[in-house]
Amino acid sequence: MTWPEAQQGGPEVKVQHHLNDDVIRSERLPNIWCPGCGIGIVVGAYVRAIQKSSIPRNRQISISGIGCTGRVSGYLNLDSYHTTHGRAIAFATGMAVARPELEVTVIAGDGDIGVIGGNHLIHAARRNVDMNVIMVNNFNYGMTGGQHGGTTPLGARTHTSPYGNVEMPFNVPYLVAAAGASFVARWTAMHVRQVTAAFNRMMEVKGFAFMEVLSPCPPTFGEFNGYPDPLDMMKYFKDNSVVDNNADLSQIAVSARPEDKVVVGNFVDRKRPSYQELLSDLRTRVSAQGAGKK
Amino acid sequence: MSTANGGGIKPGDYFTMGNFACVEGAILAGCRFYAGYPITPSSEIFERASVRFPQVGGNAIEMEDEVGSMAALVGASFAGAKVMTATSGPGFSLMMENIGLAYMMEAPLVLINVQRAGPSTGIPTLVGQGDMMQAKWGSHGDVEMIAYSPNSVQEFFDFTIQAFNAAEKFRTPVFVMADQVVGMMWEKLHVPPAEEIEVAQRLVMDPAVALDREHPLFDYARDFIPMPIAGMGARVNVDSLTHDSRGYPTTDHNWSEKMTRHLAGKIKDHTREIWRWEESFLDDAEVAVVSYGSAARSSLAAVKSARTKGIRAGLLRLQTPWPFPDEVVEKLSRRVSGIVVAEVNAGQMVHPVRENSRCPVVGANWAPGSLIEPRVIVDAMQAVVVS
Repeated sequence: MTWPEAQQGGPEVKVQHHLNDDVIRSERLPNIWCPGCGIGIVVGAYVRAIQKSSIPRNRQISISGIGCTGRVSGYLNLDSYHTTHGRAIAFATGMAVARPELEVTVIAGDGDIGVIGGNHLIHAARRNVDMNVIMVNNFNYGMTGGQHGGTTPLGARTHTSPYGNVEMPFNVPYLVAAAGASFVARWTAMHVRQVTAAFNRMMEVKGFAFMEVLSPCPPTFGEFNGYPDPLDMMKYFKDNSVVDNNADLSQIAVSARPEDKVVVGNFVDRKRPSYQELLSDLRTRVSAQGAGKK
Repeated sequence: MSTANGGGIKPGDYFTMGNFACVEGAILAGCRFYAGYPITPSSEIFERASVRFPQVGGNAIEMEDEVGSMAALVGASFAGAKVMTATSGPGFSLMMENIGLAYMMEAPLVLINVQRAGPSTGIPTLVGQGDMMQAKWGSHGDVEMIAYSPNSVQEFFDFTIQAFNAAEKFRTPVFVMADQVVGMMWEKLHVPPAEEIEVAQRLVMDPAVALDREHPLFDYARDFIPMPIAGMGARVNVDSLTHDSRGYPTTDHNWSEKMTRHLAGKIKDHTREIWRWEESFLDDAEVAVVSYGSAARSSLAAVKSARTKGIRAGLLRLQTPWPFPDEVVEKLSRRVSGIVVAEVNAGQMVHPVRENSRCPVVGANWAPGSLIEPRVIVDAMQAVVVS
């Protein structure tokens, strides 16, 4: 594997290999994300978790929807699927049910997972489908230029809420826990080690494992809401985050206001039968009755 | 090609329902994954699949909506399974998004549409043929589709098997455009011995070749590109964006040209092997009825009735409405003085028939809700003969 030639006027290439080359499709770099975006940090954590995991690399599947985070799968040197907007979890359900031995991970944005795909999210959590879902929440639709969505805090300004957002946002960890997921966490792009560790735990969990990762989005959400510099929101996460694994999930909505706390942690980690286990039991019961009989 | 195996319905003669016959055909074709959402008048397919699939080691799962069930099929298809769903008009509309995904990703799958009456919710319990154009044009951005149209319980069984074979060979979504009459009809079904049922197997990518990064994974010069299956170690990127020969997203015009031509061309260049049709009384015909599905049963009655009135009528029954058998219709139009297209809608397949005909073409149309009466078709024949 060699790195691409430095572009005219670009930085001088000083290294030929990177520690993440075995999991990253280096030939596809540079990536499309804006300077200061948190998605790259999440990808780094994702890659290290994969490297740490004992699950064979060929069984690791990465599935994305559409949007900024939707581009993650395409940069990973795994079986990767860039599907339709909002449908990554439904696509993943089909794959994870048809081949339960695969370690299926969905990584996508808040609009994709929590809004247009919100129905698939809650029903996959309800069925407790054995899969991992990483939702990078940047509080707005970034790829389309910064419009408000179902996670945009009340009052926040975007191109489609120029006078302040008048919608109440989803508190997604609370929603997914209520729907029945085995594992629910929230961290931020500031919590690199915690994101990696949580993802490693998610791969072990039998059932629906969900992690929200809050991310800066300097050019759109940040620009209009007091975090224009790439470090502004990272500093906000650093100063305002409170780790509370036993938090009352009904109280952990994110306002993104400088005076408010951001509650993070591994909130839920419980044993419930996974959908695949129940389906496998069903097939065993039916075949014990003998094929051909109803 | 191999033959049907393990767990399927035993060979012999049965008296059964179209929707049940469809499920048994699917199992013999090797289908082991069903993702559905209940909808009249297709629900017996899902119910039967829920009984039968676990018996043969498969899964029949219910999704939260038809958007999700079609997405799940594409995922399961890439897991290596032969996959299917069944629906009707409203569900067909919701599935369009991920039918496009399956087309773009080249995911084999079979969709059964048991068509019902009318736009929107229409009349769920009664017959219609109003989704024929949607089958071809419903998904955005230039797609080519393969669709079968059965007119009996036997054909619903046979065409379901053929739909799986076509889906696997062409690596594309394939529709069986049934309707409420065919789906709920009880008739004789003959199930041949398994060794007489041809079953197509998927062309699968060699992971060793795939890992060579200089090698084009998707060779668009080839008609049929081997499919990367999840977990086999090929580590291929499969993308809904326009992609190059590595599967990576591109905005390059040349790749767009190559990829879109490949997707359409693999169907357009093989239309003659896909087309199926049946001719009745056409040898001496002066007027031809073109029809399909349950409407073709009325059409055959109309042809026989017209002959008693001295009109030399014949029937061309389209068993594969898509890709449209243009050469077949064009040849027919040179032999007859007029064509009547009989269908239970306001006039859909009449358009490609007219586009490809050298003689006058009129529609015999009937508001969805019941099977078209033969007299309507006879009247249209008389009108076209006089003109």
